[in-house]
Amino acid sequence: MRLCFRRGLIHGLPIALGYFSVSFGFGIMAVRTGLSVIEALTISMTNLTSAGQAAGVSIIAACGTYLEMAVTQLVINIRYSLMGLSLSQKLDSSFNTAHRLAVSFGITDEIFAMASAQPGRLTPRYMYGLILISFIGWSGGTLFGAVAGNILPVEVTNAMGIVLYGMFLAIIIPAAKKEKSILAVILIAALCSSVLYYAVPALSSGFAVIISAVIAAAFAAVVFPVPAEEENKA
Amino acid sequence: MSIVIYIAVMAGVTYLVRMIPFTVMRKKIKSQFLRSFLYYIPYAVLSAMTLPAIFYATGDMVTSIVGTAAAIVLAYFNLPLIVVALAAAGAAFLTGLII
Repeated sequence: MRLCFRRGLIHGLPIALGYFSVSFGFGIMAVRTGLSVIEALTISMTNLTSAGQAAGVSIIAACGTYLEMAVTQLVINIRYSLMGLSLSQKLDSSFNTAHRLAVSFGITDEIFAMASAQPGRLTPRYMYGLILISFIGWSGGTLFGAVAGNILPVEVTNAMGIVLYGMFLAIIIPAAKKEKSILAVILIAALCSSVLYYAVPALSSGFAVIISAVIAAAFAAVVFPVPAEEENKA
Repeated sequence: MSIVIYIAVMAGVTYLVRMIPFTVMRKKIKSQFLRSFLYYIPYAVLSAMTLPAIFYATGDMVTSIVGTAAAIVLAYFNLPLIVVALAAAGAAFLTGLII
């Protein structure tokens, strides 16, 4: 199974559907906050991230400073640095600087997850397919939400809220079946994240994810070190 | 305060955070700890993002739990991502109609 452009598009389809429903909500929210349709769409097309955009819009609404905007985006999105570092170890030799500069724009939680789950090295074409369809879903959902607001019944948009999480489970559960080290990582991360969620409600969700993931992955790296040649199998 | 500058700051910071490690890191990491850490980090991130957030994903805990259960069962039997994802939403939607 070669990682070609078309394969990226197919793998990106569930991401695009999930994005459409999430960014639909973003579009509605942005317009309610007082942004124009074009402004909401521009934010989605240039940022491609959910939590950062939601925080950004609330800063705009509150007339916050540019520094506040920069620091908030840095804190919420710093997880992408960790993801980029992880992906950088999985690229095939055709990934030159231009491809890296272009593909890095599309590092999101979901695209990172999908790319990481592929056996073998990542090709630029595969990444472009994955990113393109996700980008269309994200931008399209924002436009639709901003223009057409509340035409979908609320029961449908509520149910759509679970789509991306369902996709995450479909990635981690089969991997956990195969390797008990991955099962351990998943259980520890879920436990940490749940404890932080209920014990430290003031902590932003982006930070809670970073802390939980670092603890779980560091624990597994010590207890179940990965032999050099096995890296690209699972 | 200009909306154009706000958006430029948002987009600029977000891009740099993504671009710098991905573009600068060219070497294979030698340390076994770091390589193992980076191997496990995707699963850790996904798990931490999913739990406990999935129980609140539909705005109602009962429909979320039914959707989660559907996703776990189908994922356990290795069904395709899109099937698992949409079945979770479908199960949550139908539960919402019943209760």
